Amino acid sequence: MRAPQSRTKKGKVTATAQAGPRSLPPLGPTRKLKLPKQGERTLGNGLTVIAVRRPAVPLVELRLWMPFGRAPLARGAMLAQTILSGTQTHSATQVAAELQKVGGGLSAGVDPDRLMLSGAGLVTGLDRMLEILADVLTGATYPPDWVGTERDRLIDRIQVAQSQPAHLARTALLKRIYGKHPYAVQTPEPEQLRSVRPGVLRTLHAQRVHPADAVLVLVGDVQPERALDAAEQALSGWNGTGHTADLPPAPPLQPGPLLLVDRPGSVQSSLRIALPAVPRTHPDHAALQLANLIFGGYFSSRWVENIREDKGYTYGPHSLVEHSVAGSVLVAAAEVATEVTGPALLETTYELGRLASLPVRADELEQARQYALGTLQLGMSTQAGLASLTSAYAGNGLRLDFLAEHAARLAKATVTDVAEAAARYLAPARAVTVVLGDAERIAPQLAALTPVVTEPVQP
Amino acid sequence: MPTRRARIPATKYPVERFTLDNGLRVVLTPDRSAPVIGVAVVYDVGIRSEPEGRTGFAHLFEHLMFQGSENLEKLAHFRHVQGAGGTFNGSTHLDYTDYFETLPSNALERALFLEADRMRGPRLTEENLRNQVDVVKEEIRVNVLNRPYGGFPWLTLPPVMFDTFPNAHDGYGSFDDLESATVADAADFFRRYYASGNAVLAVSGDVDVTEATALIERHFGDVPARPAPKRPDFTEPDLAAERRTSYTDKLAPLPAVAGAWRVPDPVTDFAGYLPYVVLAEVLTDGDASRLVERLVQRDRSVTSLGGYLGFMGDPFDVRDPTALLLQAHLPPGGDVDKVLRTMDEELDRLATDGLTDGELARTQARMATHLLRDTDAVLGRALQMAVLEQQRGEPGLLNELPRLVGEVTEEQVRAAAATLRPERRASIEVIPGGAR
Repeated sequence: MRAPQSRTKKGKVTATAQAGPRSLPPLGPTRKLKLPKQGERTLGNGLTVIAVRRPAVPLVELRLWMPFGRAPLARGAMLAQTILSGTQTHSATQVAAELQKVGGGLSAGVDPDRLMLSGAGLVTGLDRMLEILADVLTGATYPPDWVGTERDRLIDRIQVAQSQPAHLARTALLKRIYGKHPYAVQTPEPEQLRSVRPGVLRTLHAQRVHPADAVLVLVGDVQPERALDAAEQALSGWNGTGHTADLPPAPPLQPGPLLLVDRPGSVQSSLRIALPAVPRTHPDHAALQLANLIFGGYFSSRWVENIREDKGYTYGPHSLVEHSVAGSVLVAAAEVATEVTGPALLETTYELGRLASLPVRADELEQARQYALGTLQLGMSTQAGLASLTSAYAGNGLRLDFLAEHAARLAKATVTDVAEAAARYLAPARAVTVVLGDAERIAPQLAALTPVVTEPVQP
Repeated sequence: MPTRRARIPATKYPVERFTLDNGLRVVLTPDRSAPVIGVAVVYDVGIRSEPEGRTGFAHLFEHLMFQGSENLEKLAHFRHVQGAGGTFNGSTHLDYTDYFETLPSNALERALFLEADRMRGPRLTEENLRNQVDVVKEEIRVNVLNRPYGGFPWLTLPPVMFDTFPNAHDGYGSFDDLESATVADAADFFRRYYASGNAVLAVSGDVDVTEATALIERHFGDVPARPAPKRPDFTEPDLAAERRTSYTDKLAPLPAVAGAWRVPDPVTDFAGYLPYVVLAEVLTDGDASRLVERLVQRDRSVTSLGGYLGFMGDPFDVRDPTALLLQAHLPPGGDVDKVLRTMDEELDRLATDGLTDGELARTQARMATHLLRDTDAVLGRALQMAVLEQQRGEPGLLNELPRLVGEVTEEQVRAAAATLRPERRASIEVIPGGAR
């Protein structure tokens, strides 16, 4: 039924009449990807500093990426939670207040690849922010009372995370994918955290928080050379003779029965599918990225159009190639209504199988290609976006000029390239599937489609 | 040591405003520093305007605006935006609903075409309606029903604080109401609220003003003229006595509490309102803020804390009535009454003893960073200016906010703190029912 009853006849009459359907205006000429002005310097202590100019607003973004592979899980999490809890010269409150004075702030985060300090502030406060950063890096004290408070807070936060289905599904998927690899478990147990003492944190800091192989990225209303000078001035005294640790390569995916994680009473099922993928520099990467977009990597993908816009099974399905230092993986995720969990899996397998078996249409590829190229431009158009991109690249040994190389590969990928990538990486036979939900209600639906192994939910 | 005050910088984004013959207001804010544009259309209708028995309808209707329009099949909008290298979305707020795209700048005309086409009329069909009711139900399950603290406090606190349907009801909607929605309801809602005279179009980024103006005339000029409906009066009296409720969240592992106090009208009394925006940050922004120092670090009576203006965290895009909110998650077994009492005590202390040296200046410097950072994204400028135009006729206020925040005085912050009395407070407690 067409029901534009909302269009008033009266309004139509007063409007400039235009006969027949209106046609979509064409796009203007494509702007070539233009890289911002930047500079890079390696300091005497081994720290790499990259400064990128984007003067749009009078701010500067800061990202310090420190390799942290194989750091013990609970200690690493506690170190990130408490590294800003005070230095030889400043209490935690003073660190925060001093940063605030120049409109600044810092936060710390950790994952199996890296420890990251990040923040932003008024560009006039860059020198001061770097000074405080240096103070933290060289003089964090891990005061016992703060460590105690922050440990309890971290345990509380983990407890909240463990009540969230997305976190539980992720936890189960990582275990299933990575087995004994350090990526397999990324959230510490409260019990492990309780035994972490300040002395242990100071030792871990001495061993792992050092400039060799670390990358500091500064992006904003700066002259790159000036920013590099400022970083050198502030951080030359940061030394440390600790060690780095290489992660073993991530193991290949081992397809097997669907893992059903029972969460009784769940009103939705969290569907997670892992598929093989390759790093950014691999010759197949551009074609894989395009194949992933066509499958479920953006709204106008087959998967979203099918299970959301046609069937209404879900709100926000998406699939993404995730890059880590030790390997890459493609993860497709959807929260689907409990009663349609089986049908949603069926459609998902169908779309993967169709993509892996039949060539994509040329217009589908063109649409995905334009999206991939356009969103590269969008991602570079803010200070924060540029900073995160530069840092993520640098952490994996790449520089911003890789963007141009990647754009060229995206532009060149053919229907055949994408079909080959899809067959190689998106074939449902290669999938590792985890579903978190109410087993009593969904096990029969899933078992009709594929062998299922059920286990109780584990935080 | 004397406190040196950081100079608060400003942006100078240019602002061009005009109104088409059909009443559509337009804001252009060019900035050619990156080859991208933001396009936003904001309609002056939100959760507060939906009819009784149709909770969640403003949001459901937002979904329907993506389901095809006069010249566009279902799915076409998404494909045309993303096929031009762009991203899109829409969102429903208390007082407005927005639709927006970020795109490479060569797609300007395409974006204008797409927005104009649905302003002329979405394709409202039974099939699309049923499909999107299903999608919205899954959205509610993801964001509210299947997770701990779902809807806390933005959906759970308004019914404690307010008495009238527009202000108190659940803006996501009940499944019953959503399922009862009809195509006729949608057509009626569109006719009434999605009028050219009730909308603002904003375009930001890499555009030439003359060229963009001509394109806007071309695509929106013949959208049928319909006037804005009269906005109902949503005012409610302030609380005369404290209100306090609690509920059990089956999935939540920790206790939580949120309190809210009414604040001055953000539009008609902006000068009276701004000190509350600053106060919320003085209380809760970072490890050096008052309540974090006291509750998190000293007393260890809360594990995380937030303070902000507006139930949807929308200090500069909401009308009266609105509130200052403080919310906290407590450790296991935590005492909510004690936390509320301590908040009262700290507010009292602030009102009585004032701020410490440099406390206000550093908070204002940090707020400037947050405000400037939000404007760096091309779409952020379009969205914010569109709403500032719609609610205040003053899109250029975006450039002024860091400075105005910086001009709030200690006296004003103290006076604001003095009004946050327990007898004016509405609060809600989450009792953890989570297994573990």
